[in-house]
Order: sequence, then C-alpha cells, then structure tokens
Amino acid sequence: MALLHLLLAQAAADPTKGLTAIGRGIVYGGAAIGPGIGIGLVVGNAITAMARQPESAGTVRTTMFLGIAFTEALALFGFVLAFIISG
Amino acid sequence: MNALLLAVDVPPISHVTIWGSGPLGFNKTAAIYIFAAIATMVIFYFGTRRKDQVVPAGLLQNTAESAVGFVRNQIIMQTMGTDGLKYLPYLTALFFFIFFSNITEILPFVQFPANARFGMPLVLALVTWVVYHVVGIAKQGPGHYLKNSTVPPGVPIAILPLVVIIEFVSWLIVRPFSLMVRLFANMLAGHLILVTFASLCAALWAAKVTVVILPFSFALLVAMTGFEILVSFLQAFIFTILTAVYIDSSMHPSH
Repeated sequence: MALLHLLLAQAAADPTKGLTAIGRGIVYGGAAIGPGIGIGLVVGNAITAMARQPESAGTVRTTMFLGIAFTEALALFGFVLAFIISG
Repeated sequence: MNALLLAVDVPPISHVTIWGSGPLGFNKTAAIYIFAAIATMVIFYFGTRRKDQVVPAGLLQNTAESAVGFVRNQIIMQTMGTDGLKYLPYLTALFFFIFFSNITEILPFVQFPANARFGMPLVLALVTWVVYHVVGIAKQGPGHYLKNSTVPPGVPIAILPLVVIIEFVSWLIVRPFSLMVRLFANMLAGHLILVTFASLCAALWAAKVTVVILPFSFALLVAMTGFEILVSFLQAFIFTILTAVYIDSSMHPSH
C-alpha cells in the first residue's frame, strides 16, 4: 500500500514517464489491429485457393508470404515508432 | 586475496569486439557482418570451382548449386521470368548475406542478429532503390518510367491527382523505407523476445522459490528460438523477393 502511494505521488509530480509509457502502448496497440485483420484475410484466401487447386499450392504460398510481408510492415512501423517516442 | 582478485579484472567477452567508437569504430555488429560476407563468399567460391565436371559432386558444390537453384526458381522465375536471370548474382548474394547475418541470432555465444541495428538494412534498401531506379530509367527512359510508375492503369480521372501523389510517394520513399523497417524491426523484435525470456529464466532460477515456473518459460524460450530460425530465413527471403518484384515492376511496366 505504501508502494502504491509512492508510485502515485511520483506520477502526479512528474507525469512524463507514465504518459510516455501509455503513449507507446497506444501507438503499438493501434498499429497492430489493421495488419492483424489483413494478414488473416491474406492467409485465409490463400488457404481457400490452395484447397480449390492443390497443384498451384507452391505459387499461392509464395504470393501469400509476399502479402504477409507487405501487411506486417505496417505493424512494424508502429513497433519502431513506439521505441522512437522519447520522454 | 580479495585485492588480488580485483586486480585481475577481466572484461566481458564482447569487449574483444569493441574497438573505437563513432563512424570508424568496430564492434560486434560489424564483426557479424564481416562473418556473413566471408561465409557467403566462401560458399559460392569454393562450391563452384570444379566447373569441368558435368555431374556435381561433393557436399559444398551440391549445397551451393541447390542454393542458386532455390533463388533462381523460387524468386526469379516466380516474379521476373527469364529476363530477370541477369540479376541472379545480386539476389543470391543479397539473400545469403542477410540470412547469415540473421542466423547469428540463435548461434550460441553470439546470439545477436546484426540486422537488429538499422545501419546495414538502410544500406541494403538504398542499394535496391538505386538498382530498380537505374533499371527503370535505362529500360523506359526517364519520362515514360515516371509516368508508368505513378499512374496505374484504369483509374478514373476524378481521383487521378490523389492516386498520382500516393503512388509517387510510395514509389520514391515508402518502398526502400519499408524494406529497411521490415528487416530491422523483425530482427529487433525477435532479439528482444529472446533476451526477455532468457533473463526471465535466469531471474526465476536465481530467486529459488519461483523455480517451479522455470520449465514453462524455458520451454517457451526454446520454442521462440525455433521460431526465430524461421523468421531469419523468411526475412531474408522477403527482402530478396521484394527486391525482385520492384526490379520486375521497373522492367515490365503494367499498362
């Protein structure tokens, strides 16, 4: 309980570190939503394509990895930005 | 006795590879890049020396030939077709350089992916950027290259200005920047996960009472190490295949 009081007093006096941490969390959390849905769509459609025509599985798999890389890059921008934010 | 022990102050092993600081300093990251370059050169130099034999023989020659065959069939033929084969040396070197500098993440006593610092990914992305612009300007001439890259076919005239601005920024800035960030952030995230779980295991072992949780976090550390092998290979593959796709978009404009 004393520790909690100490932390709250420090946060009230100088909120910079706390707000920076909250900001970093919001940045990465918000950045991860879109690519999560996007990669799910890409892989789901790739699975459907591989099931409909199994002999094209190799080409579909290569294109799937390409699509995953494009959409995952957006989540990684958010991850890097969360580290760049200083405070 | 204690004073004698303090006099023998052995610095940690990583200090062996820290030598100077600033632009001409040498540290572990640079040592790993030198290892990756030498490994790539050794495999492909010693693996192709016996050119006079028709049937390849020996482990190193077969490995080098399968490696080149992989890049040729899975990367170049899938994206560029036969007139992309002249880029096979550049793409093979790029793929194996990135792969060897990523795989040090899981090698014992090294355990640091050199691409977790954004120096070399930036350089590699800039080299790719220069290559695909030079190819585009050489094949299509500057004016046509700019027009074919920024104006996609079948766009209604009403939103054309907006699309041209977006395509121009994407073609000029976002492509090399995303290549760099994708490689750098994947390697950095994997390295941080491995470091976090390893220090968690060490802390659980040091505080003797929590040692019951140790098997679970150790199992997850082993699983993440296996996953990082996949990520190392996949990031090298993605960088190379995206380079191939960008060179292909410069060679074969869609219109």
